[in-house]
Amino acid sequence: MTPSSDKEDVDPTSEQVLLTFYRRLYPFKQLFKWLNRGPERTEKELRLFPYREFAYTLRNQAYLRYNSYPSDIEMKKHVCLLTPSRFEIGPVYSAQPKDKKTVRSTHFKAEKREVVFDIDMTDYDPIRTCCSEADICKRCWGFIAVAVQVLDKAIRDQFGYNQLLWVYSGRRGIHLWISDKEAFELTDDQRKAMVEYLTVVKNGKEPGKQVNSRFASKDLPPTLKEACQTINESFDELILQDQNCFGSKEGYETLLSLIPDAKVVSRLREKWSDNPGSPSYIKWDEMKDEIKTLEQPARRVMRNAMEDILLQYAYPRLDAEVSKHRNHLLKAPFCIHPKTGRICVPVDPRHVAEFDPAKVPTIGQLLAELDAAGSSNSGREHRDDWQKTSLKPYIDMFDQYANSVQEKQTKMDLSW
Amino acid sequence: MFQAAKQTSKIQRHDKDDETLHVENGSTSYRLSLYDQPPLYDVTVEEFETSALDRLRILAEIESSAARNRTMEETKQMTIIQCGKYLPLNSNSASGVDIQAERRKDQLGHFVLRLAFCRSAELRRRFVKAEGTLFRIRYETDDSKERAAFLSSKDFNWISVDADEKEKYEAQLSHFVSNKTDPNAFKNETFYKVRWSTIPDLVEKRKVFLKGGFAYVPGREQASIIYAAFEERLEAALLATSRAIPLVDEETRLNPILDNLAQGFTAGVPSDWVGSGETTGEGITADMVDSLAKQHFPLCMRVLHQNLRKDHHMKHFGRLHYGLFLKVLGLSIDEAIAFWRKSFAGGPGADKFDKEYRYNIRHSFGLEGRRMNYPAKNCLQLHTAHEAGCPYRQLENSPENLQSALLSSYSAQGLTVDDLPEIMSQVRKKAYHVACTRVFEITHPRQVRKGDGLGDGESVTHPNQYAAKSIELEKEAKEPKMEVDN
Ligand SMILES: [Zn+2]
Repeated sequence: MTPSSDKEDVDPTSEQVLLTFYRRLYPFKQLFKWLNRGPERTEKELRLFPYREFAYTLRNQAYLRYNSYPSDIEMKKHVCLLTPSRFEIGPVYSAQPKDKKTVRSTHFKAEKREVVFDIDMTDYDPIRTCCSEADICKRCWGFIAVAVQVLDKAIRDQFGYNQLLWVYSGRRGIHLWISDKEAFELTDDQRKAMVEYLTVVKNGKEPGKQVNSRFASKDLPPTLKEACQTINESFDELILQDQNCFGSKEGYETLLSLIPDAKVVSRLREKWSDNPGSPSYIKWDEMKDEIKTLEQPARRVMRNAMEDILLQYAYPRLDAEVSKHRNHLLKAPFCIHPKTGRICVPVDPRHVAEFDPAKVPTIGQLLAELDAAGSSNSGREHRDDWQKTSLKPYIDMFDQYANSVQEKQTKMDLSW
Repeated sequence: MFQAAKQTSKIQRHDKDDETLHVENGSTSYRLSLYDQPPLYDVTVEEFETSALDRLRILAEIESSAARNRTMEETKQMTIIQCGKYLPLNSNSASGVDIQAERRKDQLGHFVLRLAFCRSAELRRRFVKAEGTLFRIRYETDDSKERAAFLSSKDFNWISVDADEKEKYEAQLSHFVSNKTDPNAFKNETFYKVRWSTIPDLVEKRKVFLKGGFAYVPGREQASIIYAAFEERLEAALLATSRAIPLVDEETRLNPILDNLAQGFTAGVPSDWVGSGETTGEGITADMVDSLAKQHFPLCMRVLHQNLRKDHHMKHFGRLHYGLFLKVLGLSIDEAIAFWRKSFAGGPGADKFDKEYRYNIRHSFGLEGRRMNYPAKNCLQLHTAHEAGCPYRQLENSPENLQSALLSSYSAQGLTVDDLPEIMSQVRKKAYHVACTRVFEITHPRQVRKGDGLGDGESVTHPNQYAAKSIELEKEAKEPKMEVDN
């Protein structure tokens, strides 16, 4: 990695920067391979890539919907002409989106798309203590890391899907694309069922109980018990040590509001108000000690409450609306975030905890790497220029993912 | 799975006798049916049509229940009442009824409607939803022994979870056992495995255990799988039928019937309202029409009446629709002639009255020409009329006019500006009969509650039905009730 001295000066929204990026770095070929779910077809047997919508946000903030292309080559040409600041991927329609105006509306329906999920750091504002709103740091990435671990496991294990692509959103969130054939073809009702099933925390700005995990006072469903175990592995480090969520009066009051046993609450409040700044892990242990003194059924009620607290603090907070409808648009992988200049790169869920958003390549850094690598043909398009930059591991990962989607599709075709 | 082409070829006209259709088969061992065997036996055209119309009545009510936000329980009660009237379907143990005839009608009506509703994706979706609800209600009310026999006769693509697998997931599955205090509850519970996407509603509510894309469904939730299977199969069958429909199209005689049926979904059920003179329109005279119109007429007839009063004239279709409506309401031939003569007095057609219009009125009463006693037009016919038709439909695109017509016609009976958004939203959904039914409810607040429609949850399907119910309710309110309130 070659840090560039003029990296800060590069404007991620300038036409010249975007043009160079789209011409020399953006992985259109891999994008095509992924979205077309197989090699280029000579016949129109599979109407995939050409029936897919792309929507552009232009540099003047104009929004262009219903673009579509026969292949990546035409798409790249058009993108280089428009140099949008970013673009989004929509569904596969029953007709080519570019013909939307000429086909009857009853013949233009969103038919298929990957199942997508969006987790945004702002939904963690009521609990995170290090940053707020648009900011994100290595510390609050811990929430995203746990969310990815929980959701990735649930989807693979419970829904049986394997073609999962996690993509950093460029600033404060992460997207998931699920490309398995069954997922690709789910109806809106099925998508809604899936996201409601996976939704436990009702998003809201107010503190207080936001968890909907069980029927009345029944036990947690077995799958949420598993989620609790995953969360428990990080709870101590993330919530108690690093975020120190209960290290202030406001923080511990939120915790107390989640405890249903009035006697426990009053004893703890008395103890903690003497020393409101005591570390969270001490408070947590004090709460556990209180629980140990309880008899059944009060003890069972408190055990349940503790599970719900784990979920409230670290269960993935999903933006459900994104996932419910096939026609929702979601930013494409490898776009540049216009504010941070960072590339929306894929993230390996097995190493999500080590991922540092601050180390994601920026467009300024990449352009400098391009300059350094090829002074001879500087500025001219060259095959696989991205190989010489720090984008390489990410595009390799994306390429492998596209291959996995493709292989499955081909196999299925043969078996039919 | 039957072949679409084969299926449609089974409904053919008999060459020998053009009043019967040749239809074969029809499985009737159980009250419940997945309708996987098209009926194959001879039916008359009339049987063909009535079986479909009576079923459509039920389905249209189920649809308007959804539009009116009735709860499942309310919909169920309403459907049971309506089915009792139009589509009774008794269990094997029932005595004194012709079970086979009931089931034959149930099968035939279903398959006729398939032909009518397979023609567009939108119609297919609505048909599947309404039929799915009907099936569900019948399933819930079925005799439990007969239901079990029915279930074991069918293959629902579920996999029984065997003992090994049940043991492997005991920790997880035991969560879904209903009675946890019974130590044998888990042992006695049966689980089935289906692809999760076939039962999204159970997944959404976390009522099943999910593993590897399969949902493990406890026995008591079995019904959900069956409802899903019913709808899935019907959807596939409709699609297959729609591809084969050109074959049926050759049977031109059936086409008008099928077209009419498909439209009936939006219009409510096309019904000929035969007003019984004894109960409603007894002794209606020409002088009474003004006050009856103000209190009891649906918007279509209100508008016609107001125009007649304003213009002292009315064009052909207006005369036809309004005249037949008044006839069925109970206006005798003499009173009708008096009414029209008076209404035309001073208008542009007054001089032509005796020469031309008088004959037409006598004709519509069956006293001239072919001597047919013509029925009044129903909502379906008024929907498709180009003139003097359903105002909810004709003014759909000029909402201001529709709203002012509603206010000027019904504000004396309690309709206010606040009621308009709800009515207009039904109009925008093209649920004209729901809008009209809602107006009836609003203008009869003492007699019916929201959701009751014209009583028993019935929707408006005929202007005379509207007027007759309104008059009936007023009479009931005036007569002191004999029974004790409970
Ligand atoms: Zn932070």
